[in-house]
Amino acid sequence: MASILIGILFYFATLIFVVGLVYRINTYWRTPAPLLIPTTPAPTTQTGVVLRMTREVVFFESLFKANLWTWSMGWLFHASLALVLVRHLRYFTEPVWGWVALAQPFGMYAGLTMLIGLCGLWIRRLFVERIRYISTPSDHLMLVLLIGIAASGLLMSFVTHTDVVTVKTFFLGWMRLDIRPLPADLVLYFHLLSVAALLAIFPISKLLHAPGVFFSPSRNQADNPREKRHIAPWAAELEK
Amino acid sequence: MAEVAAPPYRVIPIIPALKAGATEGLKPFVASDKINEAIGFPGQLVEDWHDRAIARMGELLSKYRSLKVYMDSCVHCGACSDKCHYFIGTQDPKNMPVARQDLMRSVYRRYFTLPGKLFPKLVGARDLTREVLDEWYSYFHQCSECRRCSVFCPYGIDTAEVTMAAREILDSVGYGQKYSNEIIGKVHRIGNNLGLPGPALLDTLEGLEEDVKDATGIDVRFPMDVKGAEVLLITPSADFFAEPHIDSLVGYAKVFHATGTSWTLSSMASEAGNFGMFIGNYDQLRKIALRIREVALELGVKRIVVGECGHAWRVAYSFWNTLTGVGDGANETDRFAQMLQKQLDHRYKQPMHICEFTWDLIERGALSFNKEANDKHIITFHDSCNVARGSRMGDFAGGQFEIPRNIIKAVANNFVEMSPETTREQTFCCGGGGGLLTDDLIDLRVKGALPRMEVLQQVVDEHGVNFMATICAICKAQFTKVMPIYGFDRRMVGGVHQLVSNAIILGDK
Repeated sequence: MASILIGILFYFATLIFVVGLVYRINTYWRTPAPLLIPTTPAPTTQTGVVLRMTREVVFFESLFKANLWTWSMGWLFHASLALVLVRHLRYFTEPVWGWVALAQPFGMYAGLTMLIGLCGLWIRRLFVERIRYISTPSDHLMLVLLIGIAASGLLMSFVTHTDVVTVKTFFLGWMRLDIRPLPADLVLYFHLLSVAALLAIFPISKLLHAPGVFFSPSRNQADNPREKRHIAPWAAELEK
Repeated sequence: MAEVAAPPYRVIPIIPALKAGATEGLKPFVASDKINEAIGFPGQLVEDWHDRAIARMGELLSKYRSLKVYMDSCVHCGACSDKCHYFIGTQDPKNMPVARQDLMRSVYRRYFTLPGKLFPKLVGARDLTREVLDEWYSYFHQCSECRRCSVFCPYGIDTAEVTMAAREILDSVGYGQKYSNEIIGKVHRIGNNLGLPGPALLDTLEGLEEDVKDATGIDVRFPMDVKGAEVLLITPSADFFAEPHIDSLVGYAKVFHATGTSWTLSSMASEAGNFGMFIGNYDQLRKIALRIREVALELGVKRIVVGECGHAWRVAYSFWNTLTGVGDGANETDRFAQMLQKQLDHRYKQPMHICEFTWDLIERGALSFNKEANDKHIITFHDSCNVARGSRMGDFAGGQFEIPRNIIKAVANNFVEMSPETTREQTFCCGGGGGLLTDDLIDLRVKGALPRMEVLQQVVDEHGVNFMATICAICKAQFTKVMPIYGFDRRMVGGVHQLVSNAIILGDK
């Protein structure tokens, strides 16, 4: 019974995640950027913009300039999360892809560093006066949710050991709309429900920073206003 | 006016503790009916301001990707929280860039997002009440749109974009700022921000010719409205009469004279500044910029050069091509832009900054200098925010930092840098930018200058610096006003072309 409920919940959460994100990205895509506003000095070519964006997304370049504590904890969390996500692909693929298998041992320990990063960020949010001032309840809850996901995952990896073979059977079946039983494990239920919650709030929360950064005009525009005329459709109308 | 005191320097420049409400209620004068109506805004706060403000916000969200993405993307990481000069100077937490943005983001969440509609408290969403609107008026006029925060934001969120949107919304409901709106009225009515009519301008220029003749014995011309001149110079109107601005105008004229360049000023477009940007109003921004296009077409000039002015250079460099077609690379079918672009000489950048113009000539060996003429100065350079983070000079990213410095080093012997966390892309605003250069905000202006004054004091103590060069009319006006309050001589501030003017050797060309 629990398996069926969680299975259905995951369908809903995934649907909200995908539809919501597509809707948001489409909105960003279609909203015009009438003026060139890259934060300069900025790259003058498209290739340069790709490099700038890569540095921003992979290394968090701007945050590095801003604050080393936030950068180190934030980067640790995100890099670990990426490894953890890669590792989790093994529950959705059969046979497991070679590079995913390769990442497996790193992914296990990345769970730990992810938790450290999250705790570091939360400590900062709780104890640095300026950050506490700007925090809303949802900012704290978001961290609690992620810490819960990481902690329950680690618990299953290193302490209680859930039956991962059955979990994998569940998800392989789930992807073919065929819900198989999950192991009866409260930690696992907690882990999965939290992930479903995270998927569902993604498109309506600050987690939109993930697609948002790619659409940020101050980062994704080339600095070439004198060389090429840039004009938004609604602004061009004014010239008629 | 009450005596304004400078805040004490921080012993070590640590991040200040919060003083909640420190500048609550601090705000500039509100525009009168007459001022607002002259530029097409409602005279005073309209009855249905709430609905109109929300509607305008929705419209801006659909017209500006920046606003839309910036409203959604902030994660409250706090990277920007200690980066604003007004926060450092006032310690008011609402002057942290993220908190300033949240004044609008909280309203955005309430009216435009699902969680904000359902659980406002949870996500920090608020109704747009009269108190919130007043808070907007106060704190969105404690931002100089300098973009320092956007350098450090992991998503590039630019508070300037949010401030501009907020001011645009305020204007649309009849709650505009006197200083900016009055100036915009003047630029349309008279041709420049200072309200100098054409004949007065002509008089000033003639007087200037006599002064230069007396000082150098050479006939340096300041031509006005000359049809068929090669170069049209668009410069901030402060250059025509304010100190020390005027000394740079003399510098430009000497450079033109020394190279025999045919140039002209325009009485109709006697203003490079564009306060349309400060109030975030695209129509005003465009209308003010279109004067330059009209004059360029009318006079048939081949090149357009812009004088020392920070936000004006941002508008000219980044926006003129979009707004008016002053630039290159318009589509074949774009008749509006092609009309002007066909006239301009594309062997040169269009528009060109006066520093690019002068540096190009120096590199080609077309100018010669007596550097000793500047030996009385030990010089440092203050990067102006809009030039540093909203524009470029030359062919490479960062040319806006190198070119003015190169000019200073070419015309003077003593140059010293200020602390690197406060120069180039990390420069601090002078404290008077973005439409805040008004006496009713003097307290804020003094406090906002604190981080710059601290590092200036350092180089004064360590290297005996006695001249801070800058290429912005607002920086010059702000510093001459606030530096005496910090115990500096007001004449320490001047333009780069003031130094050029001191050292340039004028032949009899």
